[in-house]
Amino acid sequence: MIDQEKRAADNKRLAWKLMWVVAGAVLFAFALVPLYNVFCDLTGLNGKTEGLPAAVQKTMKVDESRWVTVEFTSSVMPGLAWNFYPTQTSMKVRPGQIMLATFEAKNMTNETVVGQAIPSVSPSQATFHFKKIECFCFERQELKAGESKEMPLRFYVSPDLPKDIRTVTLSYAFFHAVPTEN
Amino acid sequence: MSTATAAHHHDDHPTGIMRWLTTTNHKDIGTMYLTFSLIMFLVGGSMILAVRAELFQPGLQLMQPEFFNQLIGVHALVMIFAALMPAATGFANWMLPLQLGAPDMALPRLNNWGFWLLPPAAILLTAPFILALFGIGDGAIATGWTFYTPLSVQGGIGVDFAIFAVHLLGISSVMGSINVLVTIFNMRAPGMTLMKMPLFAWGWMITAFLLIATIPVLAGAVTMLLTDRHFGTHFFDAAGGGDPILFQHLFWFFGHPEVYILLLPVWGLIPHILSAFSRKPTYGYKAQIYSFWAIGILSVVVWAHHFFTVGLPIPALLYFMYSTMAISLPLAVLFFCWIATMWKGSMTFETPMLFATGWIILFGIGGLTGLILADVAADAQYHHSYFVVAHFHYTLFAGGIMGIMAGVYYWLPKMTGHMYSETLGKLHFWLTAIAFNVTFIPQFFLGLAGMPRRIPDYALQFSEFNMISTIGAFTLGLSQLIMVYNIVRCVRGGKKAEAKVWEGAEGLEWTLPSPPPYHSFTEQPVIK
Amino acid sequence: MAFQFLKKAGMGLMLAVWSLAAHAEYAWNFPKPVTPMAADTLLVHNKFMVIIMVIFVVVLGIMIYSIIRHRKSVGHKAADFTGPSTRSQVIWTLVPFAILLYIDFILMGIPAYHSVVLMEDTKNDSEMVIKVTGSQWRWQYEYMDGEAQGIKFVSNMTTPQEQIQNKTEKGEHYLLEVDNHVVLPVDKKVRILLTSNDVIHTWWVPAFGAARDAIPGFLRETWVKIEEPGTYRGQCKELCGKGHGFMPVVVDAVPEEQFKEWVASKKTEMSAASAGADKEWSKDELLTQGKAVYEKNCAVCHQPGGQGMPPAFPALTGSKIVTAPNFDADGKLMKDSHIDRVFNGKGMMPAWKGTLSDTDIAAVISYERNALGNSMGDLVQPSQIKALR
Repeated sequence: MIDQEKRAADNKRLAWKLMWVVAGAVLFAFALVPLYNVFCDLTGLNGKTEGLPAAVQKTMKVDESRWVTVEFTSSVMPGLAWNFYPTQTSMKVRPGQIMLATFEAKNMTNETVVGQAIPSVSPSQATFHFKKIECFCFERQELKAGESKEMPLRFYVSPDLPKDIRTVTLSYAFFHAVPTEN
Repeated sequence: MSTATAAHHHDDHPTGIMRWLTTTNHKDIGTMYLTFSLIMFLVGGSMILAVRAELFQPGLQLMQPEFFNQLIGVHALVMIFAALMPAATGFANWMLPLQLGAPDMALPRLNNWGFWLLPPAAILLTAPFILALFGIGDGAIATGWTFYTPLSVQGGIGVDFAIFAVHLLGISSVMGSINVLVTIFNMRAPGMTLMKMPLFAWGWMITAFLLIATIPVLAGAVTMLLTDRHFGTHFFDAAGGGDPILFQHLFWFFGHPEVYILLLPVWGLIPHILSAFSRKPTYGYKAQIYSFWAIGILSVVVWAHHFFTVGLPIPALLYFMYSTMAISLPLAVLFFCWIATMWKGSMTFETPMLFATGWIILFGIGGLTGLILADVAADAQYHHSYFVVAHFHYTLFAGGIMGIMAGVYYWLPKMTGHMYSETLGKLHFWLTAIAFNVTFIPQFFLGLAGMPRRIPDYALQFSEFNMISTIGAFTLGLSQLIMVYNIVRCVRGGKKAEAKVWEGAEGLEWTLPSPPPYHSFTEQPVIK
Repeated sequence: MAFQFLKKAGMGLMLAVWSLAAHAEYAWNFPKPVTPMAADTLLVHNKFMVIIMVIFVVVLGIMIYSIIRHRKSVGHKAADFTGPSTRSQVIWTLVPFAILLYIDFILMGIPAYHSVVLMEDTKNDSEMVIKVTGSQWRWQYEYMDGEAQGIKFVSNMTTPQEQIQNKTEKGEHYLLEVDNHVVLPVDKKVRILLTSNDVIHTWWVPAFGAARDAIPGFLRETWVKIEEPGTYRGQCKELCGKGHGFMPVVVDAVPEEQFKEWVASKKTEMSAASAGADKEWSKDELLTQGKAVYEKNCAVCHQPGGQGMPPAFPALTGSKIVTAPNFDADGKLMKDSHIDRVFNGKGMMPAWKGTLSDTDIAAVISYERNALGNSMGDLVQPSQIKALR
């Protein structure tokens, strides 16, 4: 004969154990967000580049044997009343050589506006070989009414860049820093 | 507590509406799940018939693109979450205690709650359509069932309704799964070891594990979507350092196992039917269980094959391609076992067997086209074209719903105590099988020719195939009414069914009278 | 009723079969490939199709044999085996899986590997770069380098609403026609950069075998090398809202010299447009052009009469933004003014500065302020818009 009460207690206990699995899965879901970012950093997935300045290694040698073309492009996302474009469309660089590129930004309205630039590199294999030493994208940029500003980007292409990549494109998407409602 | 008082306590159940609202009886709840599933199957079906009618000819005839987008998305959500999943849960409720020799499900009250979350969820999904008629909001979710950001961030209140519906459906599935797992682990008849358990229980066990592991990920993803929409977070917004592609990873981390969540209970149930009507024991019982496990585990590591065109690094593309192809191996084991079960049997073709046989063939087409979809380069062409639409209807309509129908005809006499009309059942099968192919074979060609999915209107070169497909879809839809009629007729009366309805059927459920008593096994049978 | 339906369905089916026969070029497979990637895709697809069809037919054959021979009605007695019992049976059982393993990872796996490498080979030796930006619901194109550098335009679907609403007969390229075709030289490897301004879109031309998502804020790339001159049509393939079915891609592949001519004429056109922005426009001129621009670009959401489709698409008639001034006392553009909203967009409203010319923007704003039930009386001159850039 089955002891009904014991069985009910057993069932309850197992159900609670399974609830822990569910709770673990919920945690896992949210943990996937940072995990994904780590994964992107490791693989260059999505062309996301690091949000922090790269250190310049003293031992880094300029690779004189090849040229890499770096192209610049930009987009201003809806809701940001700025003009923003690269002052040069492309540059020929030696891997390891530190370069300066500039971007021109202008606030066309009569109010102060804060924007945030999001960089993206293509092809994605080049992502972690593209090192930014100084970039306006590391923090939010504020432009006063009618103000224009030249925004500098100091970078180098790492000498470890795979030999078969000859062109790297860097794109900045400038967003309104305060999210807008419809 | 003695069994006598327990029985007395339970037998004293209320009648009428209160019986259904408060019931903790596994058969009552199973019946409610199955009825709910049938109703939602018709609701979701009518939605897609409206879509197919719009697509009968090029040009916009019946509806505007906004409404079209709402219909396709809600169709998918209803069919997956409110028709196919509850049908499987309904069978689990009805049959697991019978097959395992248990008096009831392990957690009867949880069971009741799990069910009663479903109707509100269904209302949440469909209510925005009605609210829009009164000028509130702009209709239901119009992003497709996948909620892709940023489109879903942009969407109207329909998205919020769908998010809450998914939460309720998710909670309900998790409750159902916990109940199934506890029942399987704690309530089996003495002597029934796990490796003697019916395959249906095995299929459900793996489904339940997949559900409790992946539904929370979906719930997390849609919660993040909700906070992105209303509370200023930036999980999926590049402006705030988020990433819209992250949503696709999260969604398909749930979404791919979901396919197997829908299919595993069916894979568990078909062998019972094949064996019964071949009058021959199941071939490769252990091999099938190992394949279930293999597929269950593989299903959580292949998710990115749903978005190859999003731009992934080559190593990732190759990994997801080869791991997806690897699923074909355990799946082939299952096909081998199913056909080997039929081989050298003594087959008869009553309706359940017809459905099971047709199911193997049509699901086979779904599986094989899935194999070529794994190829990254060709996937660039197949992806989001009608080729994919045809493919996943072969797996989910043929592989899922037709399998469930096989189960309905197989167990209906057991549940109701009456025989259904075999003539109508066979008519239903042939109409379904033929109309299904008339609907979806043209869609393979549409996809190859370059017709994207989810478009309300199309270029002229796609006209003929769309016309054929719509004719097929309406035939398919209307044939389902035969099944509805057959079920209703069978519930109300008909030839008395014996305890062992089918000559070759094996299993504990056939040792009880048809219909089984209110309490299934008050005395647990002992398995030798 | 059911009979009526069957009769109708039967007639429809006959009609369909008839039209099937009438169309000689009925599509049963991918369109004719014109790039190395598409040619490879077609090859791989055909090979894999043959493989899965062989598997299907063999398995189906075994099943049908069993169904015919092993049935009760022909007196077949059931065997009772549940698995392979002898050693040779075990080996024979393993054979199909060995074959499948071979098919998966050798027969299909190796060509599939090469296809992936080919498809992702964007970084080598491209001779031209174009940037494609998806927005709801049109494609923008920008030539990034070479003689065509600086050419920028928007490609809108030109199929008239009357055709879509079945009021007039549908044209040959119904839904697959645009005002500005992308022109690319043949036999040159073109690298295509993709991004988006709002939601995810997918740029797809079936004859190129190239489909890649355009993702807001991020850059993606693919490539084409068109080997045959001609006009190729495709569509957006990722659900992107109500206009998803109405944002086609049309590419003209032309020989090198013709491409050069096109570049020259496009450049002349652009400088003419820029010059036009400097002159003072009359009210009539602005409103006439404004109406045309409005109907082509704005009426889809804000409706031809300006009543909008609230809450997603607000009305322009009596709108707070439209009826407010554009410039403050110092002559500076006000934030959230009419021009700001049209020029820079917000939320679902796209930014039109990259999409429309100065003249078009000035005209459409003037139109919205003085028509659709509004009568602000002020005009916006193209030169005022030009000054904002």
